[in-house]
Amino acid sequence: MGIAVVIRTENLTKKYGDFVAVNNLNLEIYEGEIFGLLGPNGAGKTTTILMLMGMTEPTSGAAYIDGNLTTKDTLKIKKIVGYMPDRVGFYEDMTARENLRFTGRLNGLDEKSIEDRIDQLLERVGLKDAGNKKVGTFSLGMRQRLGIADTLMKDPKILILDEPTHGLDPEGINEMLNLILELARVDRRTILVSSHLLHQMQKICDRVGIFVRGELLAAGPISTLGEKVLAGQALTIEINVSPVDDKLLSLIKSIDDQVRVEVKDENIVVESQKEIRKDLMKILYENNYELLYLKQSGRDLDDIYSRYFAGEGVRK
Amino acid sequence: MKNSSLGVLYRKELADHFHSKRFFIILLLVAITGLSSIIAAAYGMRDAIENEGSNFVFLKLFTASSGSVPSFVSFMSFLGPITGLALGFDAINNEINKGTLSRLLAQPIPRDSVINGKFLAGLSVLSIMVLSLGIAIGSIGIISFGIPPSLEELMRILVFLIVTILYMSLWLAVSQMFSLFFRQSATSALACIALWLFLSVFAELLAGVIADLVYPVSEYSVLDNALKNANMKLMLNRISPSTLYNECSVYLLKPTVRTTNFVTEIDLIGAVAGALPLTQSILLLWPHFITMAAITMICFAVSYICFMSKEIRA
Repeated sequence: MGIAVVIRTENLTKKYGDFVAVNNLNLEIYEGEIFGLLGPNGAGKTTTILMLMGMTEPTSGAAYIDGNLTTKDTLKIKKIVGYMPDRVGFYEDMTARENLRFTGRLNGLDEKSIEDRIDQLLERVGLKDAGNKKVGTFSLGMRQRLGIADTLMKDPKILILDEPTHGLDPEGINEMLNLILELARVDRRTILVSSHLLHQMQKICDRVGIFVRGELLAAGPISTLGEKVLAGQALTIEINVSPVDDKLLSLIKSIDDQVRVEVKDENIVVESQKEIRKDLMKILYENNYELLYLKQSGRDLDDIYSRYFAGEGVRK
Repeated sequence: MKNSSLGVLYRKELADHFHSKRFFIILLLVAITGLSSIIAAAYGMRDAIENEGSNFVFLKLFTASSGSVPSFVSFMSFLGPITGLALGFDAINNEINKGTLSRLLAQPIPRDSVINGKFLAGLSVLSIMVLSLGIAIGSIGIISFGIPPSLEELMRILVFLIVTILYMSLWLAVSQMFSLFFRQSATSALACIALWLFLSVFAELLAGVIADLVYPVSEYSVLDNALKNANMKLMLNRISPSTLYNECSVYLLKPTVRTTNFVTEIDLIGAVAGALPLTQSILLLWPHFITMAAITMICFAVSYICFMSKEIRA
């Protein structure tokens, strides 16, 4: 393939007593990509990350980061991996600079390069003016950004971010996502990001893995993931057209014999097995109907999400 | 040391201690009690010399009490545990709750340097506190009472201060262990205080009850039985570190004391009254010293093992 695998897990399993937190996880993450580990709370995302960081022992299976076994070469891994935990914590009565300096020292950097790097990173995450303020006075968004700066102190090849947008306001979320994108695209770092917030991850991830109840349901690029996971599921198109009459309904039905049409409130809901948007538009145009609204659903992440998570409830 | 992870963590913990209000409060408490014990010594010194003779006058600075104000030794026996507990009861759980520990452990450092650094920093703080207080009291004694110490007395005080540090670090190790067992620092503080109260107050009562059950003493019982009862009570009491510490300080600061066990008149036949040399006093307290060191090490080992295998979640 020519693309280096940076993180690899082989049948990684973690059990707490009878509870299986992570079940036979096989995952490959390639160099330079942003991989999103998506799943509801309690799906085992954090447990997986802890195993990758060597902070908890897998019950069975193995994980490798850059060729190092996570249970054995912990120090080597921690040198090249920056990890930002969920709800990252800092020493409250120390300033941002002091916190970063401490991290730099723990990484064995010399004082000169620590100071240079702190300046550079604070600027980068937009905390240039807050460097000498105590972290206790920081807002959640500032803490998260400081968290990113903190992981970058060691100039890591790989970044593992656990719920980096957790609890941020919309503006903060956008800033965070842009920062993550920049870290991957400009700095060429490999990034593993976990989240239960799908829409955000959709914007930045090259590939995602859907993780539910300890199992990886599907992994791949978002565009193909829908097709892969939901193949066989009907596509739904919702349109609002003026005027609505029987002629229109029969016209739509005539596109394909598998098409089903239903009028719901103001809208017409069309279900089909194939992509029919083009045909639909043609009919509307040729017959002088005015299209006010169109929305297709059934093959995007949202549907995967609601299907699997709704399915969770049903199965249980 | 400077660039090793242990060194970095040690310096940070030390700085944290010195900057914390908690340390300031404890230092103030210990300093005030230390100074009040000097005043107690000033008043009690005359009586002590009359009763116990004028040998080793300098040592009486630490042991003499007057009326309601206890001596330096009894203050230390009481405040030592509090100081040790205060420095360690939230060592680990606070970092877990604040989410700093998982960030810390994501750095390329050996995991044990975190707990080692915390213990060493606590130990250093205790040592600085105890040594400076001891030296301060000694100097005030020299200046205000004009008592010059002999070399023997100085050595005895030095050993006494070292024993005091050990006694405090025992409680430091206990509290650090509790900070791993209990997730809430309030719970861990409460557990520490409960253990300390039990060992310093109730253990003594309990020892009496147990000894009376095993060797009941009545007006008809023989002397042998009464002796066995008393000795058992003493041995049970020695489970408590404060008993061990108190006996150590007696050996060190009252050189004429040869034993804290019960003696019969038969034991005293042929004994020549006089002070023991320091080496002999140290020999007497050696088992106590080793016991305290052992308890400290066991507590530290337990917390070390727990910490190494603990899963740290944010």
